[in-house]
Amino acid sequence: MDFGGINPAVLIASLMVAAVPILLAAIGELIVEKAGVLNLGVEGMMIMGAICGFMAAVGTDSPVLGFLGGAAGGAVLSLIFAFLTQTLLANQVATGLALTLFGLGLSSLMGQGYNGIKPPLTAAVPFGPLRDIPVLGRILFSHDWMVYASIAIIAVVWWVLKYSRAGLVLRAVGENHDAAHALGYKVRRIRLVAILFGGAMAGLGGAYISLVRVPQWTDGITAGAGWIALAIVVFASWKPWRVLIGAYLFGGITVLQLNLQAAGSRIPVEYLSMSPYLITILVLVIMSSGKGRTSLNAPAALGQNFHASR
Amino acid sequence: MLRLEKRPSPSRFWQAATPVIAVVLTMIGGGIMFAILGKNPAEAIRTIFWDPLFGEFAWYLRGQLLVKAGPLILIAVGLSLGFRAGIWNIGAEGQYIMGAIFGASVGLAVYPTESRLIFPVMIVAGAFGGWLWGMIPAILKTRFNTNEILVSLMLVYVAEKILSKAALGFLRNPEGAGFPGSRNFAQYPAASNPELIAGSGMHWGVVAAFIAVIFAYILLQKHMLGFQIKLAGQAPRAARFHGVDPNRLVVLCMGISGALAGLAGVFEVTGPAGQISIDFNVGYGFTAIIVAFLGRLNPLGILLAGLLMALTYIGGEMASTNLGLPSAAIQAFQGMLLFFLLAVDLLSNYRIRTFFASGAK
Amino acid sequence: MTSDARPILLAVEGVTKAYPGVVANSDVSFSIRTGEVHALLGENGAGKSTLVKMIYGLVKPDTGRMTLRGAAYAPHEPRAARASGVAMVFQHFSLFEALNVAENVSLGMEKPPAMGALAAKITHVSNAYGLPLDPARMVGDLSAGERQRVEIIRCLLQDPKLLIMDEPTSVLTPQEVEILFKTLRQLSSEGTAILYISHKLEEIRALCDEATILRRGRVVATCTPRERTAREMAELMVGAVLTPPERSAPKQWPDAKAALEINALSVASPIPFGTSLKNVSFSVRRGEILGIAGVAGNGQDELLLALSGELKSAPEMVQSFGVPLGKHSPNQRRALGFVSAPEDRLGHAAAPDMSLVENAFLTGSIRKGLAKSGFVDWQATRAFAEQVIKDYDVRTPGSDVAARALSGGNLQKFVIGRELSQSPDVIVINQPTWGVDAAAAAAIRQSILNRASEGAAVVVISQDLDELLEISDRFAVLNEGRLTVPRPVKGLTIDEIGLMMGGAHGMEVSHA
Repeated sequence: MDFGGINPAVLIASLMVAAVPILLAAIGELIVEKAGVLNLGVEGMMIMGAICGFMAAVGTDSPVLGFLGGAAGGAVLSLIFAFLTQTLLANQVATGLALTLFGLGLSSLMGQGYNGIKPPLTAAVPFGPLRDIPVLGRILFSHDWMVYASIAIIAVVWWVLKYSRAGLVLRAVGENHDAAHALGYKVRRIRLVAILFGGAMAGLGGAYISLVRVPQWTDGITAGAGWIALAIVVFASWKPWRVLIGAYLFGGITVLQLNLQAAGSRIPVEYLSMSPYLITILVLVIMSSGKGRTSLNAPAALGQNFHASR
Repeated sequence: MLRLEKRPSPSRFWQAATPVIAVVLTMIGGGIMFAILGKNPAEAIRTIFWDPLFGEFAWYLRGQLLVKAGPLILIAVGLSLGFRAGIWNIGAEGQYIMGAIFGASVGLAVYPTESRLIFPVMIVAGAFGGWLWGMIPAILKTRFNTNEILVSLMLVYVAEKILSKAALGFLRNPEGAGFPGSRNFAQYPAASNPELIAGSGMHWGVVAAFIAVIFAYILLQKHMLGFQIKLAGQAPRAARFHGVDPNRLVVLCMGISGALAGLAGVFEVTGPAGQISIDFNVGYGFTAIIVAFLGRLNPLGILLAGLLMALTYIGGEMASTNLGLPSAAIQAFQGMLLFFLLAVDLLSNYRIRTFFASGAK
Repeated sequence: MTSDARPILLAVEGVTKAYPGVVANSDVSFSIRTGEVHALLGENGAGKSTLVKMIYGLVKPDTGRMTLRGAAYAPHEPRAARASGVAMVFQHFSLFEALNVAENVSLGMEKPPAMGALAAKITHVSNAYGLPLDPARMVGDLSAGERQRVEIIRCLLQDPKLLIMDEPTSVLTPQEVEILFKTLRQLSSEGTAILYISHKLEEIRALCDEATILRRGRVVATCTPRERTAREMAELMVGAVLTPPERSAPKQWPDAKAALEINALSVASPIPFGTSLKNVSFSVRRGEILGIAGVAGNGQDELLLALSGELKSAPEMVQSFGVPLGKHSPNQRRALGFVSAPEDRLGHAAAPDMSLVENAFLTGSIRKGLAKSGFVDWQATRAFAEQVIKDYDVRTPGSDVAARALSGGNLQKFVIGRELSQSPDVIVINQPTWGVDAAAAAAIRQSILNRASEGAAVVVISQDLDELLEISDRFAVLNEGRLTVPRPVKGLTIDEIGLMMGGAHGMEVSHA
């Protein structure tokens, strides 16, 4: 099988890698939104994760510490969001935008002097002979551990939301914060934890961009991936496995258009490279127009601040 | 123990005072950031806020102030109307680019014809380009209930790709020896937007910004539409009860903000920038979001906030050349300003009370 | 007072709670015995809610103490209260619409069993107490009465010693109230004490052993309800002698066509988990008041939206004096003399953060000519706002204060006054006196009656049956989006009304 010089097994394998950053950021944002909080600062948290992860990895020469550093960077930035929206009751939309603007500035400030450096290599998991199975080996057993970890995270989030007490409480808080408060749940504390988790996941996704996908540091490296992650949460109608589908779909488009560019397609480069954004818009339109269905699945208290009055 | 208590009515004093407090806090926070970067904080703050106005090169830099403030104010006034109504157009950067491309295309299409009509037609085309780019998220929202934040933002990236296609392809200067970028409008008098008073920085875009401020002020204070915009943002259900059609408001606000951003683009490309180039857009569309909030979504406030933000741009450039402060520092500085503003904003709607041990067991 | 041998379960001693600007409870003391049904009686704003929130651990008292079974009791959070055997059923349910019954019950329990076991237990307990429930159903799809059952079962599963019920009957049909009382008597006989909060005197006389009456945060009396008349208790509660509203003799108006005519109105609900209107028909003539009753969530909000113009229908479905209006916007309807007042004062009928002047413009702009070629005449608007404030006795420091600064009763007087001052021909009001103190409620009802005798056709949608029977000429019930045929109020019995309201939703089987 061959699509104009593109091998499908290679395509699937590389879309799995391309999807990791938005997959992680989107599953983090899904938890945040399930708790009733709309954090539009995903892009800012991702790019902070990208630079912090890069600095940590280069500094310690360890990719693992790099990813931890990335998660920490995203989480620290999300802490600002949590403080402003949960304690000071600032508007969530405006604060999310501020987070992105600040993150973009701060990351490029921190990244001075890191341009052109190569980060330590994140190696593939040694599956030994499994790798050599035709087609399947390339698709399933040729990746670095973050690819598998990202899928595992989706599974865990799905299980927690569906079956655990913590997941039930989280959904309850996002559904009706006044009722949750009346039952004695600590709405703000639960939301704080969700926001931190979202920040850490976005940071992890950002670190994957600078450590594996690119891999080097440049200003504005995330190039809108955070915004696409937000769109994927809508696409997934707040369901974890659909986040995986959405991210892989999107990863597929990205990889395909890059391959077409490389293969010297007749379509101009600019039009190919705007296709992911146009397709995101198209997907949003399709998902949003199915009236009621998706909107019923959206957490009812999404974007509303909570202030216990009496 | 500290406790928040909602005020019965929003405090007018704090509404006016919070931006000032935010600026002061940002100077302190920014100073700390500069100190961490190994710069003298006092010197950095003075370079950013004082020198452009009163320093050695102030005669030149004061003019630059209007050049930078013009597009910021023009875009921010448009955005503020939508933000007031709870309509979040954050893709002004894309609308700005499209305005420039549409306007420039008209001018370059008729090059080298000389006519008094060319410039006005370009301006209309620019406004139309921005309006069109703003209409996409508006129509998608009203027809398909699509989130306007995400769509308008995605369209920024699309506009950037079109811009690079324009600079490298369909608008490239045929006499430019293959270099990217269009013809320079400074060499095409019928289509250029020159400085109106030498050294002042005043060009038609700045005039348009002042007019926009006045119109927006009257709209919000005196006109029914302004009342409806405010009502829709504060109490959407009450707005429908009053008789506001939410879809009409989305189309209107997105249209106005898109058209104003497009205007800013075409004034910029014909004036200060001079030509379409790959790096034509410098983030005015995003900084305008900060300007709108810093001005408390009030046209007069936006005027002051736009001038202040322009000052940080110019001061930032000076600090970059004189002190070696990275230019990204100023972006982080602006983001910080928005944080502090949102943080202290609480004071206008809530009172902070200290509760002593009574009752708290 | 009769001497009672049962031991005291909960004693509240000298409890005071102050908020900035208002003392919610001042030196409140009372006690409840094991197995007793104890009423807490008072008007809106008398401090009942604050008091029970302290007992349930949601609010901390400033001073005073409580004891439970003789031991000091100071719950710092609801969890602690529940652990001590205190459970509460809220007036505005603490339920989650997008979660199912079992999940909702589980959220209110300390150590819930696994979902499967819990579901079985819910089925068992709910049948044992005559309140059948399907644990797998989504709460958003349940009726108000069924939702209350979810709250009650949630409490019962924790085997409470004290059950607090906050205004439980406001969402029930008369038949459902009977079933609830049966359940509560069963609980009481099993030794569970019940703290029953209400302002409905007949209910308290039927159910409660003891009553504590609150007025302005203080205990003004303790009595045995069966030994007092409803009128005596009402006057203790209100602190004044109540006068029923007056109505001048009905006049005949010459119009041939009905002032408001609704023909087979069917519209889908725009609200998530809302109730669509199905084939609603009625007509109202000048000078007439039609009362529309029904349990909350049966299409009242949708009916108001369809009449105010916020929800469009086919043109002929809504007609005024023969003019089809179904597609008209709210302002076009106002221009024709058709005004409305929604239930939710803050956020729907008025913008909370806007001044009373701006809120006067909200609906008065058309009929009062407050805008000239699109520009607002703020001076005229201010004059209109001040006229409403004066005519309807709205207590406010001025017309520039934000709507949210007014008390519920005063804001409601402003909202109703704003509509009635526009000399309308047709008025639709949803819940005119909901959450309003007795004096303001009486004033509002009187002004509605006055406007009707001046020739307006009035539709009052309310969940307060007493109110509707007091002011309306004809009476109909909304039930699951359908309207019964309107009947003259004279001669209606409470049983007939109950049957019009659909009897007991889905409960007949278990009590048959």
